[in-house]
Amino acid sequence: MLIGKPPDIPSSEITSRDAYFRYLSRRRFFKGAAATGVAAIGAERIAQLVSPRTAVHAGTKLQTVPSPLTTTGEQLTSLEDITHYNNYYEFGVDKGDPARNAGRLPTSPWNIKVEGKVAKPLTFSLDDLLKLHPLEDRVYRHRCVEAWSMVIPWIGYSLSEFIKQCQPLPSAKYVQFLSYYNSGVEPWAARQTNIYWPYSEGLRMDEAMNPLTLLTFGLYGETLPNQDGAPVRIVVPWKYGFKSAKSIVTVKFVEKEPHTTWNDQAPDEYGFYSNVNPNRDHPRWSQKTERRIGLPFYEQRRTTLMFNGYADQVASLYQGMNLMKDF
Amino acid sequence: MNRSTTVLLKTAVWIACLVPVARLVWGAITNNLGPDPTATIAFSTGLATLRLLTITLAISPVRRLSARLVWLVKFRRLLGLFAFFYATLHMLTYVGLYAGFSLNAMFADVAKRRFITMGVSAYLLLLPLALTSTTWSIRKLGGKNWNRLHRLIYLAAICGVIHYWWQVKTGVLTPITITVIVGVLLLARPVLAFLQRRKSRAVVTA
Repeated sequence: MLIGKPPDIPSSEITSRDAYFRYLSRRRFFKGAAATGVAAIGAERIAQLVSPRTAVHAGTKLQTVPSPLTTTGEQLTSLEDITHYNNYYEFGVDKGDPARNAGRLPTSPWNIKVEGKVAKPLTFSLDDLLKLHPLEDRVYRHRCVEAWSMVIPWIGYSLSEFIKQCQPLPSAKYVQFLSYYNSGVEPWAARQTNIYWPYSEGLRMDEAMNPLTLLTFGLYGETLPNQDGAPVRIVVPWKYGFKSAKSIVTVKFVEKEPHTTWNDQAPDEYGFYSNVNPNRDHPRWSQKTERRIGLPFYEQRRTTLMFNGYADQVASLYQGMNLMKDF
Repeated sequence: MNRSTTVLLKTAVWIACLVPVARLVWGAITNNLGPDPTATIAFSTGLATLRLLTITLAISPVRRLSARLVWLVKFRRLLGLFAFFYATLHMLTYVGLYAGFSLNAMFADVAKRRFITMGVSAYLLLLPLALTSTTWSIRKLGGKNWNRLHRLIYLAAICGVIHYWWQVKTGVLTPITITVIVGVLLLARPVLAFLQRRKSRAVVTA
């Protein structure tokens, strides 16, 4: 199903989130006045003139096409839960913190820098990326290493389409993703954790090229909410959620396995691969079952599937590997 | 403090202590326990336990600060029992919603997972304290023995705090506040005892 307007809206025509909130507060002010409508439009215009650079893509409709790689037979997690139960530690370690704090993330303009073992370093603007390939609807199960799970209707296209444009050299064996980090915008990161920022994640080249690996721009028909990794993130549905880096600013092609944030923190708990694997327990809890988000407590518990149920598409990537050791 | 004030204050403490469980029950009835109800129940009962243990631990050092605060000790048993009440709810949450009432799963968890081992230890340390909380037990054991036994609360609190640290992800610093408070309250005991000894010695030498 095609959703919404064509994607080529100049960013100048998108009401920024800040402007919208200013608009709302002004609207409240003018409520009751005879000239409410006219004044509100005026306020919106003024707000845009005052800060034209704060245009935020969040909440913009995206035009999509269906995909055979979408997951069927699952009940979608509500938009409310997807946007209010987040692990995005740069904006606070509590699950509700990102929804409260991530509004400060400046998502426009946004560029991804491509570095490392490539023909030549490149920079892609968000508009470049949105035009690179048709956006697809991809429902995926999302399994967190903390043993909870969701079902999320993502929007994006296979990361492989982007990687082809990057022209990696044959020596590129891994891809590293670095997330946005600015201690001024995200003071919680240093206050609540002793993690070394920016957030770094990585995939082996064949994992990155697997069609399931999604370069993601939206969910539920619209651009990504900030707390879900706006404006562009990776989604790797057969791995624990922390492998799916949010708000990506740098993509680096490298020869050796890159350092990854949670692996740095506790290598015995978070392996580089971190494939969803019910047989390989986290040292502190079992991974055999998971809690589905948004259900009553007596209905949450369910069995965790190998590779999060995507074994048919990805098991071949790990042939000959001992997944208990290389977890 | 007169009797009616005590009754009034005790009622207030009861109500305050019931707030966390009341919120959970209300949340369960209205299906409003957040996106991950199981985790909400586990976290809020655990946090209530630690907070009540901390408040219980605070009573002795705080009342020593002034002779006018002696009445505080009247609330210690109530607070301690509420801590045990929430610890029991916390345990039941684990047994029912995490281990699915499976004994095998529980034995495996306790053997393999240090944060669960630590949590169970804390609970087992609280158990004899709850069982000997009656006036009859105090009389039966004798004040000295009873006091000695009830020093287990120090160990239980330490185990509880370690359990919290081992549960959160490495690098997350949320448990720091309660750790500092518990640390101060535990250290306050030898420090206050030392100060008192010096004071009485000063009195003797003078």
